[in-house]
Amino acid sequence: MSNHRPARTQAEMAEFFAAGLHTGVGTSLKHESADKHVSGEALYVDDRLEFPNQLHVYARMSERAHAKLIRIDLTPCYAIPGVILAITAKDVPGQLDIGAVLPGDPLLADDVVQYLGQPVIAVAACDLDTARRGAEAAIIEYEELQPILDVEEALAHEHFISPSHQHVIGDAAAALNAAPHRLQGELRIGGQEHFYLETQVASVMPTEDGGMLVYSSTQNPTEVQKQVAEVLGVSMNKVTVDMRRMGGGFGGKESQAGMPAALCAVIAHLTGRPTKMRLPRTEDMLMTGKRHPFYIRYDVGFDDRGQLLGLDMDLAGNCGYSPDLSNAIIDRAMFHADNAYFLGNALIKGHRCKTHLASNTAYRGFGGPQGMLAIENVMDHIARYLGKDPLAIRTLNYYGKAERNVTHYHQTVEDNLLHEMTAELTQSSDYVRRRAEITAFNRASPVLKKGLALTPVKFGISFTSSFLNQGGALINIYTDGSIHLNHGGTEMGQGLNTKVAQIVAEVFQVEVERIQITATNTDKVPNTSPTAASSGADLNGKAAQNAALTLRQRLIDFATRHFDVSEEDVDFSNGYVRVREHLLPFEELIRMAYIGQVSLSSTGYYRTPKIFYDREQARGRPFYYFAFGAACSEVIIDTLTGEYRVLRTDILHDVGASLNPAIDIGQVEGGFVQGMGWLTTEELVWNNQGKLLTHGPSTYKIPAITDIPSDFRVKLVENRKNPEATVFHSKAVGEPPFMLGIAVWCALKDAVASVADYRFHPDIDAPATPERVLWGVEQMKRLKQTQACARADAATEQVNA
Amino acid sequence: MIRFLLNRELRVEERLDPNLTVLNYLREHLRRTGTKEGCASGDCGACTVVIAEPYTGPNGDALRYHTVNACLTFMATLNGKQLITVEDLKQQALHPVQQAMVDCHGSQCGYCTPGFVMSLFALQKNTIEPCLAKTQEALAGNLCRCTGYRPILDAAEKACTNRTVDQFDEREAETLARLRAIKPEVTAELSHDGRKSFNPITVAELADLYLSHPEARLLAGGTDLALEVTQAHRVLPVMIYLGHVSELKGIAIVNAQLEIGAATPISDCAPILAAEYPDFGGLLHRFASLQIRNQGTFGGNIGNASPIGDMPPLLLALGAHVQLRKGNTTRQIALEDYFLDYRVTARQPSEFIEKIIVPRAQPGQLFKAYKVSKRLDDDISAVCAAFNLHVQEERITEVKIAYGGMAAIPKRALACEQALRHKTWNQATLEQAVEALAQDFAPLTDFRASREYRLLTARNLLRRCFLETTSPAIDTRVAAYV
Repeated sequence: MSNHRPARTQAEMAEFFAAGLHTGVGTSLKHESADKHVSGEALYVDDRLEFPNQLHVYARMSERAHAKLIRIDLTPCYAIPGVILAITAKDVPGQLDIGAVLPGDPLLADDVVQYLGQPVIAVAACDLDTARRGAEAAIIEYEELQPILDVEEALAHEHFISPSHQHVIGDAAAALNAAPHRLQGELRIGGQEHFYLETQVASVMPTEDGGMLVYSSTQNPTEVQKQVAEVLGVSMNKVTVDMRRMGGGFGGKESQAGMPAALCAVIAHLTGRPTKMRLPRTEDMLMTGKRHPFYIRYDVGFDDRGQLLGLDMDLAGNCGYSPDLSNAIIDRAMFHADNAYFLGNALIKGHRCKTHLASNTAYRGFGGPQGMLAIENVMDHIARYLGKDPLAIRTLNYYGKAERNVTHYHQTVEDNLLHEMTAELTQSSDYVRRRAEITAFNRASPVLKKGLALTPVKFGISFTSSFLNQGGALINIYTDGSIHLNHGGTEMGQGLNTKVAQIVAEVFQVEVERIQITATNTDKVPNTSPTAASSGADLNGKAAQNAALTLRQRLIDFATRHFDVSEEDVDFSNGYVRVREHLLPFEELIRMAYIGQVSLSSTGYYRTPKIFYDREQARGRPFYYFAFGAACSEVIIDTLTGEYRVLRTDILHDVGASLNPAIDIGQVEGGFVQGMGWLTTEELVWNNQGKLLTHGPSTYKIPAITDIPSDFRVKLVENRKNPEATVFHSKAVGEPPFMLGIAVWCALKDAVASVADYRFHPDIDAPATPERVLWGVEQMKRLKQTQACARADAATEQVNA
Repeated sequence: MIRFLLNRELRVEERLDPNLTVLNYLREHLRRTGTKEGCASGDCGACTVVIAEPYTGPNGDALRYHTVNACLTFMATLNGKQLITVEDLKQQALHPVQQAMVDCHGSQCGYCTPGFVMSLFALQKNTIEPCLAKTQEALAGNLCRCTGYRPILDAAEKACTNRTVDQFDEREAETLARLRAIKPEVTAELSHDGRKSFNPITVAELADLYLSHPEARLLAGGTDLALEVTQAHRVLPVMIYLGHVSELKGIAIVNAQLEIGAATPISDCAPILAAEYPDFGGLLHRFASLQIRNQGTFGGNIGNASPIGDMPPLLLALGAHVQLRKGNTTRQIALEDYFLDYRVTARQPSEFIEKIIVPRAQPGQLFKAYKVSKRLDDDISAVCAAFNLHVQEERITEVKIAYGGMAAIPKRALACEQALRHKTWNQATLEQAVEALAQDFAPLTDFRASREYRLLTARNLLRRCFLETTSPAIDTRVAAYV
């Protein structure tokens, strides 16, 4: 922006003042980097200028899932011209372990390898290709150990990374015994590769005093700072992490961005040279963890109407080889095993299974989706058993407003919007009419069958590790009135920087163009929490608002002194400040305040109120509030091949008072499609040696443009502010819409169930690939046949009698 | 030496490793980092760039713009062409396709965005008015993990509505003249560190070169060959590029046959094949992505003898032949005699595919082709099936059936054909033929599908073919619901 605005008269300024701000909260501003995204000018870590003596790192991965390392010979690496350094675990100067919460993740394998893909050695060279050839030249010998690859096998052997945990309300066993109806079942849920378009990458520069400047594509700069400091054996204040933007994160860069950064730091430390490590796609997919696959088993009791009476559920998550964030992830799966439903008497058990696979990690929803899928499967199962529409079973079991509103972890569900939202969506999606049409279509269509499902989302907002619910920000105002904004959150595409800038613009009542968004930097805002748990805007937006309010108050105090007026006489609007009747540009007040020796820099801090949780007792209020959503999806399947299409999806989603509706809609649509991908075409396949076979986009299929619903209608709930005192009464939006994709999975099962006239529940594990859909169809055909035979037998018997 | 225009700048490159991809040239040699690497395997489209080439259209000479994946494009192929990257679109203001992406909130993390922008740019150049099907076709090879695509579809519509003249249109005559000036007239050669590539201009030169370099790898579109470099990290010491041999390009109708030049890009073959055999066109629409079809060639899809290539089953069922050439000697063989074993063909050293000969459609002929994959677009078939039946008065007079994904090579289903030939095309015959498929195939289980699924689907596709040819009122294709 220009520093020299034309001088305006009082009358002109009054017009601007009265017009109010057009770029504050609630407006659909474009993403702050949009112009740079489309022109290729947005810089990602790998795009930064390199130095003449730049090194590139390649890590050789373990070729075994579980083995002792017998011998590592690095001498052949140096035969490749251009190789500068080859290292093993022994060369790490500080602490070897980079486990984010609990130890268990050696930077390079030491003595044993625990998954196929684990980094064993690292080689630095003048370019990536040379580094790779150097690494391939090393001699690594293994002595094989028995791997455990399967979650059910790990569960059977109680091969866990940490003890199982349970949530208890009422007496599930007694309720199940007394229930008039009881069903048991199992469900296997696949994992999911993040497939951020930008793979993991870090670039470091050695600095004075043994320090490092780290450019890392990470959701958690403070964690990377800590990991780098620890592997070097230096204090955290010697390490600075800078993070401008990620090419997608989705949880995959919450804890696991640290490995490339720490490896670079070790090599930069040993060579004194700037060092970069970017994982090629295959290496990224083999080396890093994914969404946890789950094995679920349940025993449910209910009454004639389908109301839940008792539930006993085991949720066994496949954690991979190390703890990483799995404890919290399995906990969140347990916290969401109710989704929108009052469980009554429930025993929810979470198991953290250890397998010899990459360490599974955070992924949008953080275990929540798996817990919710489990209970949605139970809803379908009950509906088919009772011969009712699954939507009727769902709404019957919704948490009540005044009663039947306590969760299995003893938090009361307040401000539940799902009754109204479901009614509105049922109406707007024309559910009842379409249900009848689909039933008629299916009767007349022998090959293609349609399915319909409307599913709810209730997602708890807050880190369940309560201490993480804090945020920080730093605002500097310069003497020309321009504003430098920094906060502890990271931009991964979700529009966090845009929203936080809008918040600051709103407080100062200045146009958003005046605010310079800057890279997240551990120098500016320390001890940040990861940008995760959908909390980015809630925590950092509020912290930035607090910083801005502090500065605004200083400006008001200065103006009252300088102009000798009272506080009420000072007002800000649309780039101007009114002091009684006199108007002056914002920058003029800033210039005067500087001359008046007012500090124009402030930090801001925020911590979430009201939350507490006692994990020992499994009781408390882990969530500040809940975000709600509902989706209605219609699909068509081919009963000859299992292929399918999504015909239409209607979504109604709750974001409280939206900070930026365009960005929120983007999160809702993108989350839904990603969730749908998890449950349809995204299938991870390992061989019996523990090697991931689907390690690239030619074999691992995320949704493409023709996979989205041909008719896609997305709406935000209007006029429903968050009753809690969140930033401008908005709600978190990153993760909750992901689980709207469950509607597609349920609709596919609905279409399959039509083959046997909706009398049986098809056993279709996730993802529902065309193959699984076809096996569901075959199962329905068999059951229909069996039933027809049974009827015929019965009829024959009657005749004979 | 190769010469090409990087937007307006003439680049002359003498010493480049022929294994260098356009993506690495842009990012590492020129530090032109707007073009991103998402996978280096041609599956995500983040590195999409646009190639402009002169062609003679109805209104005289013009530029033709098409998208390719920079990660799969070797530098030698740029000779005589214009390369346009995302950096070239913005002048003082954003280009209209860029502005449309901004206005529609079409970017979130922004990493896939340059690729989408280039696909939209080419789409805009190649369409007169917005059309959803063309947009989907243009963008199916660009993956976005953030947006869910809806805003990008909106941006495409906006960019293709009332499009205005841009700097590329204004400079079209100038660019054409500059490209004419660097038009390859003689065999170009690129060499570095003992690695070589040749770009012959005539088929005779190609034949000679291949005789003197029998060890050379033939580079057609490179969409498969480049993976040996970018994914398997092998070095290709000698390559011969076919893309400048005009005799190997184009389709001629000779008698009752289509003669398709081996180096004809798949996207150029689609319209004429779709006119003959609508299902062939439908399948080509789902063949990889537009970027790949713009680059990959008809001959290449046969030449690499992949068991999961999509065209061989169709061509086998149609009774296609290939014309092979070695030196001055040519021979024609039936395609089924070409595929010998897993990635083994009847092609002899220094022998190359000159053209593919496909019979034209005949009255009374029923041709059905199906591709079954996890994802509709840009995926590899679990099973691909093609059925070519001649039915007269409900009697099957001639039949050819072929499958992909069911064996080590694309293969005819001879037992199944036997069960159908000279029979009445009815339910009883169908079920016998369905049973016979088990004699033809013992498919494998892999990450795309289990053997049981492959066999059941193969059978069910024959059932689908029966339904479609005998009860056309029954709806059988979900792919129609896009």
